[in-house]
Amino acid sequence: MRFQLTDDQHALRAGVRQLLERRFGHEALRAAVDAPGRLDRGLWRALGEAGFFALRLPEARGGVGLGLPEAVLVFEEAGRALLPGPLVATHLAAGSVPGAATGETVVAAVDGELVEWLDGADAVLGDTSGAVPLRSLDPLTPLHRVPVAGVTDPVGSLLTAAEQLGTAGRVCELAAQHARTREQFGRPVGAFQAVQHLCADLLVRAEIARVAVYAAAVTADPADIAAARLLADEAAVRGARDCLQVHGGMGFTWEADVHLHLKRAWVRAQRGDGDTQSEELLAARLAG
Amino acid sequence: MDLSYTPEEEEFRARLREWLAKVLPTLPDRPAPEDWPGRRAYDLGWQRMLHDAGYADVHWDASPTTRLIFLEETEEAGAPYVGANFVGLLHAGPTIAAEGTAEQRARWLPPILRGEEVWCQGFSEPGAGSDLAALRTRARREGDDYVVSGSKIWTSHAEVADWCELLVRTDPDAPRRRGISWLAMPMDAEGITVRPLRTLAGSAEFAEVFLDEVRVPVANRVGAEHDGWRVTMVTLSFERGTAFVGEVLACRRVLGQLACAARENGRWDDPVLRRRLGRLEAEFRALWRLTQWNVSAAEVSGGGVPGVGGSLFKLRYSHARQDLYDAAADVLGPDRLDLDRPWVLDRLSSLSYTIAAGTSQIQRTIVAERMLGLPRGR
Ligand SMILES: Cc1cc2nc3c(=O)[nH]c(=O)nc-3n(C[C@H](O)[C@H](O)[C@H](O)COP(=O)(O)OP(=O)(O)OC[C@H]3O[C@@H](n4cnc5c(N)ncnc54)[C@H](O)[C@@H]3O)c2cc1C
Repeated sequence: MRFQLTDDQHALRAGVRQLLERRFGHEALRAAVDAPGRLDRGLWRALGEAGFFALRLPEARGGVGLGLPEAVLVFEEAGRALLPGPLVATHLAAGSVPGAATGETVVAAVDGELVEWLDGADAVLGDTSGAVPLRSLDPLTPLHRVPVAGVTDPVGSLLTAAEQLGTAGRVCELAAQHARTREQFGRPVGAFQAVQHLCADLLVRAEIARVAVYAAAVTADPADIAAARLLADEAAVRGARDCLQVHGGMGFTWEADVHLHLKRAWVRAQRGDGDTQSEELLAARLAG
Repeated sequence: MDLSYTPEEEEFRARLREWLAKVLPTLPDRPAPEDWPGRRAYDLGWQRMLHDAGYADVHWDASPTTRLIFLEETEEAGAPYVGANFVGLLHAGPTIAAEGTAEQRARWLPPILRGEEVWCQGFSEPGAGSDLAALRTRARREGDDYVVSGSKIWTSHAEVADWCELLVRTDPDAPRRRGISWLAMPMDAEGITVRPLRTLAGSAEFAEVFLDEVRVPVANRVGAEHDGWRVTMVTLSFERGTAFVGEVLACRRVLGQLACAARENGRWDDPVLRRRLGRLEAEFRALWRLTQWNVSAAEVSGGGVPGVGGSLFKLRYSHARQDLYDAAADVLGPDRLDLDRPWVLDRLSSLSYTIAAGTSQIQRTIVAERMLGLPRGR
């Protein structure tokens, strides 16, 4: 048992992080916030070229031929970077919807009672009749509500958990960074125990989510995936809130990125059926 | 990332499983909690059986993965808990193995493994719990002995222990952390008085230990004189890092039993309770994954002393354990107040988990300062 990243997996993660820093750094993120509802097609194709969507397609079918653990690492990076777009839906459609694998086609899908990026996508999977637009709380994720709930793919749920894990790790870093540098009462606020303990809990939640997500990627067991989803949702949502608290008034401004992390974490937590589905699945396993 | 085991590891598992199936039915019931001599004999007897079958050193010498398999299989089979052997096997022994001389290892380790000697931990004092460096028990050097006076408190298993990992102040004038030494004190030495303390669960799980001019040979000091703080950090990292690992599996078993009990008494129909148990299942699954992750990390880095990651695990686990037994109370309904019902006593005991072996507040500070690099408080 070597439940640790392999050298290849470390390299993959570093490569994706670099690509995203280059193509979707802080300025690109803020530009996207200022132009809501528009997907950067160039970036989408670059993701396609890097194998983001075709990652799990067999090589014989033009894919990269990697597995769920690698996909989870890549989606974790996407989560960290707040990369917008129907990433999970397009990744899942690679191999069935033409052009999805290469990033030529943007694919959205009904997931629970919501559809992300309905207007921005080239293809939409699921029943979208009667879709009504919402004024989305996340400036980077346009949303429609649909009357007939769609089914959630367990792999999609796991990839969502991976994105949440990315957020959880990132907000923990942001909180610690701020706590180390922001001074009040003549010392960094991170020297105050109340702040230290908020930050410690951020890390604890992120790390327990990390092992749950990675293990689910290895086993692909539905109960492991449900567990990963619960812990990752908690780590991202709770973590972003606590990160905002550590940032004080600065955290409540539009200029700080913290609110973007929190809003995206809320959007992802709503995918599928939220917590209920996962908790019921695990409970059924217990009594089974 | 890989969660599968090698053929050798699977072979170890199969052999152990077969052995457990053979010996467990022959074991008598564990004596009642109040019966200390009985419990001591029982716990040592189990360790002796493990030793004779070749499994005794699994906590120290086997590969981390082998140890994990050992914990999985013994828990799955319902084998006895380490009990009175907790300190010796899980932190005093590993500390001596890591920091002791060859003679010290030869003197103290085999009897722990053979199930002949019980250890206790004399760290805390009335005025030194979280602030362990405030300890005041004095040891003055007289020839080949230290002469020790002072008192210790909350010393688990003190009544039945043969040895105590004892922290004493050997240099009262040095800065707090500099003048401490780590001694192995024989519990039958002259001048030791053990007075049992009742816990909130009603049992005498721990004790006060009074030390009046107790002579401990200088040869019993592990590590250099006045360098006991460093040795103590090694002990604490074993205590927080690996000592609770097996319990996670026990909690998962309890959770399964709770689900069955809820089915039987109709509480399962309450979706709020059901979902709560489902969430706990997620929690304990993940805690087990964290264990596997840490074990693999130790294996990759060559094992040794566990790092501060143990604080992270201990912090999360101790709260999860309390949540588990709070959920048990909801399954029990009004029976939650009946000490004769299963889980009621466990719920009371679980309250100690966020205090003993370093409180949650202390663990959070460690995580913040040592893992996140935040500036030190105070
Ligand atoms: C069941 C049980 C078994 C035990 N067994 C042993 C044993 O075998 N051997 C042994 O040596 N000891 C043992 N202990 C003692 C245990 O290690 C101490 O109780 C523990 O370290 C806490 O110290 P304290 O009780 O003095 O609490 P205190 O240190 O007085 O703490 C009181 C409260 O203040 C908080 N606090 C203290 N300092 C800080 C700080 N710097 N920042 C934030 N909060 C702080 C604590 O978190 C706690 O909430 C045992 C305890 C229990 C409950």
